Amino acid sequence: MVGTYAIFWREMVILRRRLIRVMASYAISPLLFLIAFGWGMGRSLQVEGMDYLTFMIPGLIALSSMSQTFSIAMDINISRFYWMTFEEFQTAPISSSSIVLGEVLSGMVRGMLASFIIFILAAAFGIRLNVNWALLLSVIFNTFMFASAAVITSMIVKSHADQASFNGFFIVPMSFLCGTFFPLSRFPEWAYLIAQVFPLTHASSCIRAAALGMDIPLISFLVMIIYSILFFLGAITCVKKASL
Amino acid sequence: MTPIVKPLIKTEALTKTYGSIIAVDNLDLEITEGEIFGFLGPNGAGKTTTCRILTTLTKPSSGHAFVSGFNVVEEPVKAKSGIGVVPQYLNVDGELSAYENLKLHGMLHGMEWGKMKMHIEKMLEFVQLSDRASSLVKTFSEGMKKRLMVARALLHEPKVLFLDEPTVGLDPQTRRNIWGIIRRINQERATIFLTTHYIEEAEVLCHRVGIIDYGRLIALDIPEQLLKRTGRFVVEMLDDDRSKARFFKNREDAGRFVASLDRDAIIRKSNLEDVFIKLTGRKVID
Repeated sequence: MVGTYAIFWREMVILRRRLIRVMASYAISPLLFLIAFGWGMGRSLQVEGMDYLTFMIPGLIALSSMSQTFSIAMDINISRFYWMTFEEFQTAPISSSSIVLGEVLSGMVRGMLASFIIFILAAAFGIRLNVNWALLLSVIFNTFMFASAAVITSMIVKSHADQASFNGFFIVPMSFLCGTFFPLSRFPEWAYLIAQVFPLTHASSCIRAAALGMDIPLISFLVMIIYSILFFLGAITCVKKASL
Repeated sequence: MTPIVKPLIKTEALTKTYGSIIAVDNLDLEITEGEIFGFLGPNGAGKTTTCRILTTLTKPSSGHAFVSGFNVVEEPVKAKSGIGVVPQYLNVDGELSAYENLKLHGMLHGMEWGKMKMHIEKMLEFVQLSDRASSLVKTFSEGMKKRLMVARALLHEPKVLFLDEPTVGLDPQTRRNIWGIIRRINQERATIFLTTHYIEEAEVLCHRVGIIDYGRLIALDIPEQLLKRTGRFVVEMLDDDRSKARFFKNREDAGRFVASLDRDAIIRKSNLEDVFIKLTGRKVID
């Protein structure tokens, strides 16, 4: 696991150096959503028996932690094809699984940081969320799952442009169609069933339930665990294939 | 009784193809401890592909490659544990300082902290970058980055150092500086696998030179023998506005040939470029 620690250490050195900038960038889009949907639509709007802002903020946690975690894909892609620094990991006597774990952990830190910022923003908008183990575990699995998926895509795509296309085709639609901004019960049945395939659907329902002090849906939690295992194993295979 | 010297690097019928293109063609190679082995050939000859296979970055299509006795495909982690790599492009981490780049490398190679700290300072001094240890590498010149890459590759005291075109794109002074570093590394017992398309680099540095063209190894020997086989002296003359060369074993024979000519010609000592021309009919850099 020396390789894991080394890779994680590198990411943390860079993150520490850019911390203020990173935190500001993580705050901008959630803040705009809160202003647009919170103030803009008003708190009078009721969704599933609660005001819209209270409904939306857990969705924002799921969305923001996913997108910031997934942003490691672009960084790995750039380090593979532009700076070529990824080769420093590939030529070191470390296993593919330790490379994956190092990258996944650093992605998870980004996602956790993004979630923490939304907690602060929610408090600023007068929304108090429940902080509990179920919430923490849901965010941990959400970030683990998408960090592993990010490693897979960064190993499969062959250029920065392909990486951007992947984000456009998968990450952006997921952001809006997985119960983050509105309840899936408003979907027609076929669309509801399709939404169940996306991992973010399960992450947002677990995070929302936990943040609002309700029991988390166990099936969704189980689906997150299964996706986490599959994506992590997939990431190891892809890193192995990318080198020897 | 002569001790049996095991090769540190060995390839057996090593082949790499990309579709219909054969990048490395049935390469058999043995490199022993303490050697500076030079792989000389034009761009696209298969030097870098071979280097990438040996450093586990590219999978061979067929054949075998061994580093320190370990098959690079079957036991890549073990094969990598004794190697240092300096690729031809600059791949130091611009977001980290020189010191942090070396620290990351030491951590990736599982170095113990006290030893690592000592080696980092020693290597920074070795490549004359001690005064820039805490500067971010993105502020470095190309020559400084290359020197840092050499320091990084040596930090964990590898048995084999792979240098892929180590001086490409560098000014003559930095190039000589790097050559000096390579010689010193070798004197401290590291075996060096070097690829180059610079004739002088191969002649000045290498104990043995392999000449590769279109993926095939077309000659392999000590530079002196390669030159001897080609002819130690060259007569260059113009023939129908084209430069032509003829090779001779000694200056006397070359002189007699020039005297018999009805046009101007020059006599000079042959070099590895001439060996390449004689073998392929082309220059190394066409």
